[in-house]
Amino acid sequence: MLYNVQDIFETTRMITENNLDVRTITMGISLRDCCHPDIKVTAQKIYDKICTKAEKLVKTGEDIEVELGVPIINKRISVTPISMVGESSDASDYVPLAQALDRAGKQVGVNFIGGFSALVDKGYTKGDRNLIASIPEALAVTDIVCSSVSVGSTKCGINMDAVRQMGEVIKAAAERTADRDAIGCAKLVVFCNAVPDNPFMAGAFLGVTEPETVINVGVSGPGVVKHALEQVKDGDIGMVAETIKKTAFKITRVGQLVAQEAARRLNTQFGIIDLSLAPTPAIGDSVAHILEEIGLESCGGPGTTATLAMLNDAVKKGGLMASSYVGGLSGAFIPVSEDAGMIAAVERGSLSLEKLEAMTCVCSVGLDMIAIPGDTSASTISAIIADEAAIGMINNKTTAVRLIPVPGKGVGDRVEFGGLLGYAPIIAVNPFKADKFIARGGRIPAPVRSLTN
Amino acid sequence: MQVVLTIVGKDKVGITAKVTNALANMNINIININQNIMQGFFNMVLIADMEGASVTLAEAREVMVKLGEEIGVEIRLQSEEIFTAMHRI
Repeated sequence: MLYNVQDIFETTRMITENNLDVRTITMGISLRDCCHPDIKVTAQKIYDKICTKAEKLVKTGEDIEVELGVPIINKRISVTPISMVGESSDASDYVPLAQALDRAGKQVGVNFIGGFSALVDKGYTKGDRNLIASIPEALAVTDIVCSSVSVGSTKCGINMDAVRQMGEVIKAAAERTADRDAIGCAKLVVFCNAVPDNPFMAGAFLGVTEPETVINVGVSGPGVVKHALEQVKDGDIGMVAETIKKTAFKITRVGQLVAQEAARRLNTQFGIIDLSLAPTPAIGDSVAHILEEIGLESCGGPGTTATLAMLNDAVKKGGLMASSYVGGLSGAFIPVSEDAGMIAAVERGSLSLEKLEAMTCVCSVGLDMIAIPGDTSASTISAIIADEAAIGMINNKTTAVRLIPVPGKGVGDRVEFGGLLGYAPIIAVNPFKADKFIARGGRIPAPVRSLTN
Repeated sequence: MQVVLTIVGKDKVGITAKVTNALANMNINIININQNIMQGFFNMVLIADMEGASVTLAEAREVMVKLGEEIGVEIRLQSEEIFTAMHRI
């Protein structure tokens, strides 16, 4: 016998019953050679390059999906931060570049294209200012373009001028897409310690250290982990960690296989596997439900941070051996609107914004896809960003904020984004103000732990 | 290239005959069959070689999925690579 029959049925069950999938094949494309003094030419060069390099991306993904029998949910593109590509032009409005990305992405058939981004950890260049000012309009007039702004890092500290501005940009993006439940904000991430090879949206961009083109793959599999834990109901926590580790290994091996195959067929470099447990709103694909399977009455209650820390660590340990190149964000995601268990936890009152903040100290990213009341002020949003960035800066990890202040809606209302973005109950925000702190501006100095040399 | 077929469904007469006949028609060579009946349910894992096959893997998969629908069982045909990746170090 070449294979153990049990192994074969285990694999097919993971796919058919436990929602095992490869979440995304993301092709990074450098746009550094698209700069031009005339922004119309820049836009055309961007469009042409993406259409050429990613021409076969979607078809290749679909072919691999059929041959291996594992769903590959998304095919996406990340590009060089557009602040750098637009900077050589005389224009101050970069919306035409976002529209070029949108058209190119639709032409090659991807469902998101990330990189309408600026990295201002320590300060702004001309291109950074232009790009950030263009974000609300760019997200309103495009469908699949995602934007991100990095406002700090362990090495640079936190740019509080940018933190203040991003509160205003998020409010403006919400107002500009108020007729669509502020969908613009669902495509906008504010980072601390942004990574250059993240395959996941909305925060994907191709960093300056990356090659001409590259394939990065994000795996998934919360449903598979939960099913595995159902088999060790009476085990101690060490056994739970061991089970998660073994399961993560198997999930990651599939991602590694898909990534290698995609890179080979597209004649490009294989970058990294992102070992993230990425949930979807589908039943049986929830990170919150894993924590509840471990033994919590409801996600967000006492014990949530400890179980999430253990889960996140075990996923990394299992995944590390399964892939030669691990990178991106790599950890458990805890987006609220994209996780049925998180949504339920908010609705039953066990999960608050403050507990989510605590959870982001031990998971991969941050406050993700959280709908907040539309009357939340820009400075309060900035203060939440500052808190989250501080966690990232001090703990030498990536943190991010993707908040959606929904105009005209308050606590108890719900917003529906549809598809992978899911739906979300509006969560309460602490009403005490931080206006004076945010108005100060300036830069939080890099922490002691940045001095590692 | 080798492929793995998994066939699961309510047992009835002739499942194996129809499956193997369809594979023969595409010139796909069977290497190993493991089959049993558990509580009235038919379970089969069949490993076959596509070397010399008259169709591509995608075409073979389509034929077998359609056959499964006709018989009333679920047939999956996948490249063996996914099983090697997951269960062999």
